[in-house]
Amino acid sequence: MINDAIIVSAILFAIGVVGVLTRRNAIILFMCVELMLNAVNLSFIAFAKLHGVTGHVFVIMVMAIAAAEAALGLAIVIAVFRHIGSVNLADLKLLRH
Amino acid sequence: MSSILRFEFYFFALLAIGSALCFVTRKNPVPAALWLVNVMFALSGLYVMLDAPFVAAIQVLVYAGAIMVVFVFVVMLLNLGRASDLADVRSVASRLGAGAIGIGLAASVMVVLRDKIPDVDFAAASDNVVTAIASSLFTDYLIAFEVTSLVLLVAVVGAVVLAKRRVGA
Repeated sequence: MINDAIIVSAILFAIGVVGVLTRRNAIILFMCVELMLNAVNLSFIAFAKLHGVTGHVFVIMVMAIAAAEAALGLAIVIAVFRHIGSVNLADLKLLRH
Repeated sequence: MSSILRFEFYFFALLAIGSALCFVTRKNPVPAALWLVNVMFALSGLYVMLDAPFVAAIQVLVYAGAIMVVFVFVVMLLNLGRASDLADVRSVASRLGAGAIGIGLAASVMVVLRDKIPDVDFAAASDNVVTAIASSLFTDYLIAFEVTSLVLLVAVVGAVVLAKRRVGA
């Protein structure tokens, strides 16, 4: 069953990567990153079955960092929206030319 | 392990993968966020199956309850919904490339897993897992724990500074 959990984790991570690569909406991009963090958490928990409770501690750390990242990232999204009136990453071309 | 537990494990696994697929294919951010909440709940069920009840509870409280609420709140704050914001998917070529990369990533992990990881007995769940987490968190990883609190403080201050409306600007 640990194998199955790792496979589920790999599939979820791949779905998150596909989302980051195909979407341009900054908020959905952040949600895809959260999905990838969750996939990694699942493999931490699965391996904690083999190697003891340290995996659980790591998952709690990852959740705290994910909360900090979500707060800062969404604050940046709000600041960007105030400047250019959009959260579409295709509109962020200030440094392109 | 019993067949009912195995059935529930696969039920939550399929629920998580299906919800994640629905999540990346939604155009509107609000249904996407709700599907992601569904993924979080399914993952919390998987955590319980994997003998991590404390992390499952934290998953529901922090991820489904706090982080996703912040996402939905920001979507509401920005008042999105115009066609230019919703038509955000890239071209067909880059979508195919992203799909190939995703399949390659998942396949590489499955290749690594050809050597089966030995299964441990799932029936003997330790009932003092919270004690074990606490004693590990507050002894071996005490410095990391304290630094995490500092990171959260900096994140809160940074979020306030970034999202603050400049007076007179």
